[in-house]
Amino acid sequence: MTESRWVTLLMLLPASLLVLVLFLLPLGYSLVSAFTTKDGSLTFDNFLKSYELYSVDVFYTIFIVGVSTLLIGLFSLSIGGYITLCGNPKLVAIMRWLYRWPLFIPFIVAAQCMRTFLAKNGLMNNTLVTTGLLEPLQTVSFLDWRGIIFAFTWKQTAFATLLITGAMASLDQSGIHAARNLGANRFQILIQIITPQITSTLTVALILSCVTMMSVLSVPLIIGAGTPTMLTADMAFRINSYGDYGVANALGFISYALTGTFAWIYLRKGMQEGGKPT
Amino acid sequence: MIIFLKRVSTALVFGIMAFAIFGPLLNLLFWAFAERWYFPYKLPIKYGFKYWELVFHPRGGAMESLGTSLGIAIATVVVCLLVSLPVGYALARRSLPVRSLTMLIFLLPQAFPSLAVYMNIARIFYEMGLNGTITGVVLVHTVHGLVYSVWITTAAFSSVDHSLELAARNLGAPPLYTFLTVTLPQALPGVIASSIFVFLESLDEFTGTFFVGVPDINTLPLLLYSSSMGGNYQVASITALILLVPSIAFMLMVDKFFKADVLSKIGK
Repeated sequence: MTESRWVTLLMLLPASLLVLVLFLLPLGYSLVSAFTTKDGSLTFDNFLKSYELYSVDVFYTIFIVGVSTLLIGLFSLSIGGYITLCGNPKLVAIMRWLYRWPLFIPFIVAAQCMRTFLAKNGLMNNTLVTTGLLEPLQTVSFLDWRGIIFAFTWKQTAFATLLITGAMASLDQSGIHAARNLGANRFQILIQIITPQITSTLTVALILSCVTMMSVLSVPLIIGAGTPTMLTADMAFRINSYGDYGVANALGFISYALTGTFAWIYLRKGMQEGGKPT
Repeated sequence: MIIFLKRVSTALVFGIMAFAIFGPLLNLLFWAFAERWYFPYKLPIKYGFKYWELVFHPRGGAMESLGTSLGIAIATVVVCLLVSLPVGYALARRSLPVRSLTMLIFLLPQAFPSLAVYMNIARIFYEMGLNGTITGVVLVHTVHGLVYSVWITTAAFSSVDHSLELAARNLGAPPLYTFLTVTLPQALPGVIASSIFVFLESLDEFTGTFFVGVPDINTLPLLLYSSSMGGNYQVASITALILLVPSIAFMLMVDKFFKADVLSKIGK
């Protein structure tokens, strides 16, 4: 069958235009705005000011997103491994049913849930006190960085696990059987046989989670009130309180740079595998 | 003894996980039905529907926000499908020299922290008169949803057996007819799955609406935010519960749409 290049291009055009106008254009706008003054001359003042005011928040953000990404990777691999290797159909069914509850729950709902659950008098502390694991006087509020990490991990683990169990399910089973025959235990199979084969899916899941966490505004606003806070909250504050697009975009640039590092690793890996971002 | 210990530890792990997952939701449920609840009481003192009446009262704003949210989400799905079905098909079936680059273009809006882009879209939209309009919000949600609709429909089209299409063409079916009667029906679960993703992304979207929709567009997430910040936990929890219904319904159905063969092709 002969194909017209033009038809292919036409099929791609509307969607590409949308990305161009509604993503690349404002992205360019934000880059320009970060490096210029209001009258358009080149400057680094926005970054100096960002550094003075928000350098702590940059590290705070890196810390929270880093720890959350790590936990998401750990939990989703463990759950995926359990589902693939457990062998007990009942437990697997329960696990499949259980892990995915937060999957589509909006961040803002998760934030509101955590705001009550992790509070000093929230359900978590109340339960720990009732079961005798904690004295009433020992209870503390988790509504700070711990709450944000909990909310992020709670929500994104389900997403990462969904992708990872999908990838694990489509693996060739003979490798797993062979390893089992040679005496490997489940943990070894998960780490040495399964994980290397699903790294690309794992990477995609973690990068998407990472970027999502760098974009979420509601969680730091609702859970982590006060200082330090995450960059997203700072950007919103800069815009809404001062109309200061320069500093806001400088902070935006910093958050692009942080996630860009991840994307770069991903792309480089893709190039090594023959230019296909698998 | 070892078997017993194993069972206990399994039960413990499942228990902790269930508590971590359902605890926050349970706490939300309590707040949605609590009329009076204060320290040191561990559970609400009085349950009732007082706040539900308040929220669903015509002046409570929830019904209006719900309507706005649903309208925006449906419009976003329609726009996403219209532009991404051709892309998905082209990526799955037609020869493209820059295929992986094309895939990446649609990932871009999700590969960058979106907030920093949204605040600039808001600035551009402001000059175009699109700020505070439904159209503006739908456009923002569409761009964010494209990666789901394009990638998942591509995976769905890729998992359709190509020989069936060739057979239909051999028997004389025109290309569009083949697409509509052979390809699309087989790819439909994947296409529906992608629409679900887009719908939920739009329904739950807070940041973009926060920047582009203000002050006229009040979706459920914005209502939830303002009541939560106002310290009204009951109203916030009830709004959150409304948002939870479609999320959990789709979560329970996701297996019906996501077959492993489609799932494994996503991003390829």
